[in-house]
Amino acid sequence: MIAEILVLIFMPVFVSFMGLLFMGIQRKITARVQNRIGPPFYQQFIDVMKLFSKRENIGHNWVFDIGPIFAIVGMLTTMLFIPMGGFRLLSMDGDLIVVMYLLVISGLGMALGAGASGNPNAGIGVMRGLTLMMAYEMPFVISVLAVMVYYHTTSLAEIVGMQSGMWALIILPLSALVADMALQAQFGKKPFDQPIAPAEVATGPIVEYGGKYLGMLMVAHSIGMFVEAGLFIDIFLGGGLLFHQPGIIWQVFNFLFWVLLVFALYTLAVLVNAIMPRYRIDQAFVFYWKWPTIIAIIGLAYALGVSVW
Amino acid sequence: MVDDEKIVSEDMGVQVEKNENMEMRSFGTVKRWATKRSLWMVHYCTGCGGIELAPLMTSRYDMERFGMHPMVTPRQSDVLLITGYVNIKTLKRIIRTYEQMPDPKYVIAFGSCPINGGPYWDSYATINHLDKYIPIDLYIAGCMPRPQSIVRAFEDLMDMIQDGTADGYMRYKKYYEPYKANQEKIFRKWW
Repeated sequence: MIAEILVLIFMPVFVSFMGLLFMGIQRKITARVQNRIGPPFYQQFIDVMKLFSKRENIGHNWVFDIGPIFAIVGMLTTMLFIPMGGFRLLSMDGDLIVVMYLLVISGLGMALGAGASGNPNAGIGVMRGLTLMMAYEMPFVISVLAVMVYYHTTSLAEIVGMQSGMWALIILPLSALVADMALQAQFGKKPFDQPIAPAEVATGPIVEYGGKYLGMLMVAHSIGMFVEAGLFIDIFLGGGLLFHQPGIIWQVFNFLFWVLLVFALYTLAVLVNAIMPRYRIDQAFVFYWKWPTIIAIIGLAYALGVSVW
Repeated sequence: MVDDEKIVSEDMGVQVEKNENMEMRSFGTVKRWATKRSLWMVHYCTGCGGIELAPLMTSRYDMERFGMHPMVTPRQSDVLLITGYVNIKTLKRIIRTYEQMPDPKYVIAFGSCPINGGPYWDSYATINHLDKYIPIDLYIAGCMPRPQSIVRAFEDLMDMIQDGTADGYMRYKKYYEPYKANQEKIFRKWW
């Protein structure tokens, strides 16, 4: 009981810390790809410190205020259900479906808060964000469905447990490919960063958020990075479990390997981000409902066939 | 230990002459360090100066080395960079942008036009001294200043933030009436 409470306190702090660190390293990597020197790797901490030390925070109304809180709480709630490298906080039958619903809450809360600011740029950004969400959820859900069909379960813990022999990435490569394409949009990286496009809609939903609001949103983003990557790892990369022996040492190694996998997934998205231009929102929508969906349906048919015979 | 808000409210009430150490007193060292190392900039490219910013942001004179990042909305920015001449129509937008930025905020005037009008000093449509309408923390003289001098200016601004001498936003609050009078004088009927 005490251990669970400790983990409950430790994980959000750890995840937001590592998320900010990864985002700082990501800025350095992007800079090196673009032949720049780039900021120091701890730049993101300085940014958050500055944002929280801003003397003035301009709010509009109470719905606007709860937007960032919604974003953080939605991500933390999702985090409770996701096995993270051996740490599992909440678990039950069908929690994969619950997670699929909970993942949306953060974005919807942001949409609510941003819409309350009354800024037209925020409105356009929200519209783009929800359209993009509808676009990438389609292939993502089909590829997750393939995993559910293959393993005959909707419990994340069981899916992780059944992958102790071989990762689902190797058994269902097409579904994993599609899920990684969807991950690009979940991270909000190019070519799918239309909701926060600075040159088009002036950072979209967060256009009115400054100061402490923006600091909270950055923390929510770093938690969300771990949640989204963690879900992919649980489904396709065996939950990051490298060693299956009992013992605290192996658990620590497993956890470190999980963190490393999150970093690898994020770096992959960042490398694509560094060299890509941006789709228009209608192009992104057509892209997601065309090629990834077709590949995902083929992957689903393959999973059905394999699980039947 | 001094209370931030108290000092600010006291300063606001009293007509103090010397204000150089206002920020020094009310800001912690860590806060000042973080503010100085993470200056987000909204650039208002009114004239020809905007062309000098492109090499500053890209790989030639990469300004992200100093933690500086171009921002597109005043709500998220710390520095307002005004490049080039300011005419009356633009000044309205600049003042609106400036007033939307959250404290602490800093203004850098770029080129000789905001200092004394530059080549447009006798135009009917431009203003000559931008400092009459909003408080300027730092000027970059020249026509045009090269990206090196902008980098130098940002280094100076960082030093000023560390010293607590970049207190333009406090001046604006304290001398709001005179600034407003100047603005209304030039805009006459429209605001």
